[in-house]
Amino acid sequence: MEIERTISVLVKNRPRVLARISGLFARRGFNIDSLAVSTTESEEISRMTISTTADPPTLSQIAKQVSKLHDVVKVIDHTNRRTVERELCLIKTSVDRGQRGELIALCDVFRGDIVDIGNGTVMVQLIGDTDKIDAFVELLADYDIVEMVRSGKIVLDRGAQKE
Amino acid sequence: MMAQEMIPGAQALLRVFEEENVDVFFGYPGGSVIPIFDALYDSSIKCVLPRHEQGGAHAADGYARATGRVGVCMATSGPGACNLVTGLATAYMDSIPMVAVTGQVRTNLVGSDSFQEADVTGITIPITKHNYLVKEPYQIERFADVVREAFYLARSGRPGPVLIDVPTDVSSGCVPWTPRNIEALDAYEVPEPPDAAAIERAAEMIAKAERPVMMIGGGVVNGNASDEIRELSAKCNLAVVHTLMAKGCFPESHELSMGMPGMHGMAYASYAIQHSDLLVVIGARFDDRITGDLSRFAPDAQVIHIDIDPAEIDKVRYANIGIACDAKTATRALIEAATARERGAWEERLITYKREHPLGYTDDDELMAPQFVVEKLHEVTGGKAIIATEVGQNQMWAAQYYGLDEPRKWCTSGGLGTMGYGHPAAIGAQFGRPGELVVDIAGDGSIQMNMQELTTGTIHKLPYKIIILNNSFLGMVRQWQDMFYDKRYSGVDLTGNPDFVKLAEAHGAVGLRCGDRDKVVETLERAMEVDDGPVMVDFVVSKEQNVFPMIPAGKSFENLIGCPMARK
Ligand SMILES: Cc1ncc(C[n+]2csc(CCOP(=O)(O)OP(=O)(O)O)c2C)c(N)n1
Repeated sequence: MEIERTISVLVKNRPRVLARISGLFARRGFNIDSLAVSTTESEEISRMTISTTADPPTLSQIAKQVSKLHDVVKVIDHTNRRTVERELCLIKTSVDRGQRGELIALCDVFRGDIVDIGNGTVMVQLIGDTDKIDAFVELLADYDIVEMVRSGKIVLDRGAQKE
Repeated sequence: MMAQEMIPGAQALLRVFEEENVDVFFGYPGGSVIPIFDALYDSSIKCVLPRHEQGGAHAADGYARATGRVGVCMATSGPGACNLVTGLATAYMDSIPMVAVTGQVRTNLVGSDSFQEADVTGITIPITKHNYLVKEPYQIERFADVVREAFYLARSGRPGPVLIDVPTDVSSGCVPWTPRNIEALDAYEVPEPPDAAAIERAAEMIAKAERPVMMIGGGVVNGNASDEIRELSAKCNLAVVHTLMAKGCFPESHELSMGMPGMHGMAYASYAIQHSDLLVVIGARFDDRITGDLSRFAPDAQVIHIDIDPAEIDKVRYANIGIACDAKTATRALIEAATARERGAWEERLITYKREHPLGYTDDDELMAPQFVVEKLHEVTGGKAIIATEVGQNQMWAAQYYGLDEPRKWCTSGGLGTMGYGHPAAIGAQFGRPGELVVDIAGDGSIQMNMQELTTGTIHKLPYKIIILNNSFLGMVRQWQDMFYDKRYSGVDLTGNPDFVKLAEAHGAVGLRCGDRDKVVETLERAMEVDDGPVMVDFVVSKEQNVFPMIPAGKSFENLIGCPMARK
């Protein structure tokens, strides 16, 4: 089934490694829904979290092709694993004074934070899994969204449980 | 502790070449590689100067295919490096082990659009197995290991071309000379043995199969597994089809050789695949030129797929059993696990079908058929030549009519289909195997793409032969226009070709021409007598011969257009 699936790619922290991976996705026609790149616990390793809409054979093909790149250390497929998934979103809305209270209440429900108030604008920060952020953004459609940015999904597998 | 020995980067490069037993490479100079050419001045390594960097890249590729060793080429920054691109892509598509060294502008100028700067590592990411721009201090410090790793990567696992981009200040400046320790390289990997349970199950499937067929590909050449393929076929009486890449890995003269399947393959090869209930696929990747319409390809067959590259398994066709392992080790394991199997009704049926559906062509035009020339070439050379090909009809006729019984005698651009490949590849093959007969089977279009290398051949007194099947057309494209575009010939007429005999002579080579059936053998024999330089023979052949059989693109065996007439 074609659904959004997420893999983490641990790569050597080398020049062009991002180009190698994004180029491979483009060349082989795999799509990237979301991409986040960051440092890790090791200085030499970077971590890319890539979400893609794919069926299982395509995802397996992606994982295998990515694994072949010399700079790739490890590919983790998070499908069917117990994970913690987070995304950060900043949304600048244009609201008049009358709408502010309503927006703040909405933020509270979603545990969002107001991080900036400008002349006629309010910026909200929200952290959560992708579904939660999608839901929040949908609700905000009633307001005028001036600018929005999302960090892309990051994922870690949960720790082992006690027997 | 001894002080670290520091030597110029260029010397470190050549020292690693020596470690790797590079006896010859193909290099073209320019500003950014002068330090390397300067170091060569004192080196025993032979650098052959091609007349175009593309020629150098294909020559390295031909050398690699004919010898099984890593082919090496070199070019200067910018235009020189860009001229390697077609050669790298050709080698990449066919998984050929190659190392390309390119010069680059000084490290402090990289990224500033300086003179003859091109982002060669960027350009070649998708057509190399890996590449390096030796610019960061951590790379410069381990420069010798970068070069070693390039060779290691090129030949290990699924082989492929690796490029090293070396800025001038790195080749001329000093780098530490570190001792060789391949196992300590980042890239080093111990190959995994094949999954024993999967091998067991594969052996059982072969034992149970009623209509098994083995399909072998380029992985058998790269894995040097021809002996194992023969042994497995002998033990289990398996009929064998080979892809274009695996020509010669199973003797084509063998009764159980079912030839090459696919678009221009033998009818009996496609027949065997189409009716089989088990395909044992070794080192082949289900290219669309083999499968045509995938949904109708080998519809009743289960698949055992052995490939060194796990990404090939299930990529195109689902494998009931996938074994990610090199062809030699896996086939050896399969031989041990398999129980002997008698030749049965299925094999008899295939042999009969093969006898009743041979290749054939019409030869009733005033001008002789090109297939006839290839047949005679086979006769005159006893089928023993190392064959390089160009691309187009000539390539397919070479594959059809020049049967080979040994591996590594076949240099053809299979995956990329690069016109102009054959001639320089023949030169590379001749350098790799000096005493042997090398023949480039060419079209009159393709040969003009790297004609300049005749000079390389003449200077080095290389006695290879070029056999031009001169139909005055870009024949393969004309064939498609003939069959699928109402004969609206557009952009394919080569009237106005140069005089190939004079052209050969102008390069200092021998030129011959023959347009007469009765003189073909005689002409070929004359060509074979020359031993101190290239011979180019212009065979004037029938202009509008088409290659058959043909399964049109995206179609399947049911749509096969057979040969027009049984031979003779
Ligand atoms: C570099 C390159 N350009 C274009 C093509 C497309 N192409 C494939 S076959 C062919 C015709 C080849 O003509 P020729 O070398 O005369 O051989 P023939 O088919 O007549 O034997 C062409 C143009 C190609 N394969 N490679």
